[in-house]
Amino acid sequence: MGAPVIAFCRLDDKEIRLREPVMSPDALIVQDPTLLHQVDLFSGLDTRGYLLINTTRRYRDLGLGDYVTKFPPHHICTVAASEWAVEFIGKPLPNAAMLGAFSAITRRVKLDSVQEAIRQKFPGELGEKNAAAAGKAYNTIRTN
Amino acid sequence: MLKQMEGSHAVAEAIALCRPEVICAYPITPQTHIVERLSELVQQGEIGNCQYINVESEFAAMSVAIGASAAGARAYTATSSQGLLFMTEAVYNASGLGLPIVMTIGNRAIGAPINIWNDHSDSMALRDAGWIQLYAETNQDAIDLHIQAFRLAEQLSVPVMVCEDGFILTHAYERVDMPDLNQVQAYLPPFEPVQILDPADPVTIGAMVGPEAFAEVRYLSHHKHLQAVEVIPQLASEFAKIFGRDSGGLIQPYRSDDAETVIVALGSVVGTIRDVVDDMREDGVSIGAVKVISFRPFPMLALRAALENAKRVIVVEKAFADGLGGIAVNSVRMALRGLTTPIYTIIAGLGGRPITKDSLLRAFGEATRDELDDPHFLDLNWTVIDHELARAKEKRRSGPIAENVLRDLGLVGGKPV
Repeated sequence: MGAPVIAFCRLDDKEIRLREPVMSPDALIVQDPTLLHQVDLFSGLDTRGYLLINTTRRYRDLGLGDYVTKFPPHHICTVAASEWAVEFIGKPLPNAAMLGAFSAITRRVKLDSVQEAIRQKFPGELGEKNAAAAGKAYNTIRTN
Repeated sequence: MLKQMEGSHAVAEAIALCRPEVICAYPITPQTHIVERLSELVQQGEIGNCQYINVESEFAAMSVAIGASAAGARAYTATSSQGLLFMTEAVYNASGLGLPIVMTIGNRAIGAPINIWNDHSDSMALRDAGWIQLYAETNQDAIDLHIQAFRLAEQLSVPVMVCEDGFILTHAYERVDMPDLNQVQAYLPPFEPVQILDPADPVTIGAMVGPEAFAEVRYLSHHKHLQAVEVIPQLASEFAKIFGRDSGGLIQPYRSDDAETVIVALGSVVGTIRDVVDDMREDGVSIGAVKVISFRPFPMLALRAALENAKRVIVVEKAFADGLGGIAVNSVRMALRGLTTPIYTIIAGLGGRPITKDSLLRAFGEATRDELDDPHFLDLNWTVIDHELARAKEKRRSGPIAENVLRDLGLVGGKPV
């Protein structure tokens, strides 16, 4: 999917003043699993946190079998985000589905809010398709 | 209206509410999203009577803004880094002619070495170009300062730069309270030029001025800046009445009234500094901060009043002068002249290096024990510097420094020369 990109997000109920990069994330979303063993993805991630990986493979096939046992089971999940993106959007762009999965697993943001943000950012059909991909990820995780 | 949006788009919407009549656009990272969004707003007819002019360079962007402003139009442009340097001659002309242009600077480092990330080298290079310079801490600040900038520029007939940190602000999605058009129009009256190129009443603008009058014309520019020191706080209090929030002004103190150690800084790093101040206060350290919003004109008296009881002052800045040290610190020293307060300089965030709480905590701690070197370059990798210095000492043809350092860090292939 191109050069490795790192992006950060902070959620809080009070004003966020801090401008440093997130170095100890509470949740890590891996959009491209081919990066797993190329970049030090897990530095700073507390095993009480959350880990979401865009993949259809199992943890042990990714070489993470031992690592993920350190996390509470309901704090980790694999998401077939690229596949759902192809299904709903027609392109393997996993962002929306990963956000739906984040909402499902952390319960910090409502699915409605995620979908509304997606529709605002991409008005019209594109937004609806991405919102549907987010909903698919959310519902799949919540029912499993 | 509360919105969650990208900083550049928030600034573009705020500029649109100010109803510029000419926007000169030339893209350069990290400011590009501002003029991109403005082009959409103009095309959608959202800015009323506005000419959006794609120019061929930054030099042309400022030149066209000068022509537009002289013809009586509210003129706006935006740039960053090398773009600001490329338009420098025209930047001085805009202020020398007293044309109230507003320009956004998406702050970015200056090359070489080429670097697209944030620091303050660009706007600091033009700090003495006769423009007013306002620095934004947040995207809300950026919105509010732009609205105040047009009012200030046009009231005094002087150009204003609004400086906001590239990427850290321009590309960050944050909550902003976007004003509505009625509020902005209540605050910002239509542009009433003090000079105008009008065929019905012809004048020349831009006379040749020799030794008999040059100093006087230049002094009158200085006088406008002295007036701005009075006007900026007035415009901030008028802003508060209409928009319902405190924004702008010359400086903004934070827990500094009784503080033994006071940090002075500009721009987005002030947010991180506020968090560090709170942490150190919890540990019983007497520390506070002062945000400098107006760097030009420099708020001599207001800053002196805010700092005169401090036992020490630490200036954190994102630019420096080779062979000297800090830049902003010299203005701070000027404000504190006659006092014996120790003043430290921390040079940080160069070329986009993150300024972390931990690093600031360490450096502020050393300063409070009066153990900090001055100037202090935050988080400098001395191993790499020592390697390069040793290489240069060992042989004459030691090669290009930037490439050697990158190889040393393993960021590009091959061995150092």
